[in-house]
Amino acid sequence: MSTNGMTSWAVDLKDVGAIYPFQGSEVLLVILGLAFWIGWHILQMRNEAAEISSELNSDPRGEDTKKAIDRY
Amino acid sequence: MGDNLSAVTTVFTEFYYWVTVVIMFLIHVGFCMYEVGASRRRNHLHTLMKNTMAIPLVTVTFFFFGWYIYFAFPNGPGFTGGLTAAPQAVPWSPLMGTHLSGPTPDGGIDAATAALWHRLNGVFWAAFLLFSITTASIVSGSIIERVRSGAFWIIAVLVGSVLWIIDAAWGWHFGGWMVKLLGYHDAYASGVVHAIAGGAALATLIVLGPRIGKFRADGTARDIPPHNPWLVTIGLFLIYTGFWGFYAACNIPVISPAAIAGQITGETWTATNIYLAPTTLSAITFNFLMSLSGGLMAGYIISKGNAFWTYSCGLCGVIGASAGNDLYHPIQAMLIGAIVPVICYKLHYWVENRFKVDDAVGAVAVHGYGGFLGVVVAGFMLWGQPSSPYEGYAAITPWGNFIGAVIMFALGFIPIYIVAKILNGMNLLRVPAKVELEGLDFSNNQAYEAAIREVAAAERAMVK
Repeated sequence: MSTNGMTSWAVDLKDVGAIYPFQGSEVLLVILGLAFWIGWHILQMRNEAAEISSELNSDPRGEDTKKAIDRY
Repeated sequence: MGDNLSAVTTVFTEFYYWVTVVIMFLIHVGFCMYEVGASRRRNHLHTLMKNTMAIPLVTVTFFFFGWYIYFAFPNGPGFTGGLTAAPQAVPWSPLMGTHLSGPTPDGGIDAATAALWHRLNGVFWAAFLLFSITTASIVSGSIIERVRSGAFWIIAVLVGSVLWIIDAAWGWHFGGWMVKLLGYHDAYASGVVHAIAGGAALATLIVLGPRIGKFRADGTARDIPPHNPWLVTIGLFLIYTGFWGFYAACNIPVISPAAIAGQITGETWTATNIYLAPTTLSAITFNFLMSLSGGLMAGYIISKGNAFWTYSCGLCGVIGASAGNDLYHPIQAMLIGAIVPVICYKLHYWVENRFKVDDAVGAVAVHGYGGFLGVVVAGFMLWGQPSSPYEGYAAITPWGNFIGAVIMFALGFIPIYIVAKILNGMNLLRVPAKVELEGLDFSNNQAYEAAIREVAAAERAMVK
């Protein structure tokens, strides 16, 4: 048993194709990869919304905001 | 060189490794920027020089004995034989200098050895040396702001010119006993560079103790922010850049099946990993970028956009996938590169709070846990694949790689724990509390300020 079908290098390299593990699962990998990418955007948007909400609720008197502006 | 093709191959290989060395030097520029950025203003000079001087100290010791260890020790402590002859790697060898390939019988150099090594010895030595300095530098960042430089430099030489190169001979050499008996596979050094360095860093940190003020009276940890987060992140960016050279240097760029002299048949030349098993520069380029991206994306989410941890997780993603990045599919590399840093990030804070370990730059997590997990994951992902092009070697397995990962981490941890204990017992490991509070650059900064005052006063007096 081998995850890429090879158990020995006693081969002529001109006859060897892909050697990554779990060949045949490329479509599944692409689906997982796309899910990771889209999931990242969803999580990032949620985190960003929480951060903006927190910033909206901070410094109600504006004193620290003025200091931040002065600090450039 | 027997013919024009072998001459061109040799000169190309020589130049290839030379380029990797130049690129890998950026890792150390990055380490210096990163450590100085992470330290407080009163410790800059000490932090910079601590890391910088590891470069010459590991270089000269790697010339004297590190390079010999790599070729002499692949059989391990009696597992598969004794010491291996390494006439090209002893420091008095004629091949450790300018050499034009003629045999030197008085120096124990036959024609075949001279033909192979006369142009490759220096660049191959240098590529390994840059791995050595990297391994030592990984320890450096975690212990900033309280370690004595002299103690660190002893640890750096031990890690960089003895311990890591022993594990490289065992598990990162085409004839290493771990490859033969365990089927150990660690193509881009998750274990042999990163896990051992993480183990050594953790051992030093346990003996050294946390920085003053790191933990509150109730035992919870305070954040000690870097004085310059931008320098830290650019330093990490430079480390990534240097990793391009690191990855390329782990490969043999071009070799024929006849030169490998293993089981491969036919006439097709190939690039190989360090075990002389085929891979391609394209494959590792795919996988480096995908694992880096997986780590950056996961790090950004898990740390809620913290720049230091996002960059660190990018590096950890690469390290987590490095053991198998010669063979993974790019999406596999990306997913491994995303999952491993999340575990390491969580482990960093768990260990910090549970055991009061103050790792100033997260090096134990990024390199130690990341490298360990990377080797373990490769054991599962590459299960059953041949570890070597030579007959009689064990196949890659989860248990072979797990044992290998434990050996790597322990080979860094145990000896350095003992050495750190000895240094601590002699009061050589940590600076006194007064010096730590003043800052390690106190006298230097006082002299600097006095010099500025004096020269300014002198110049003001000359104004009419």
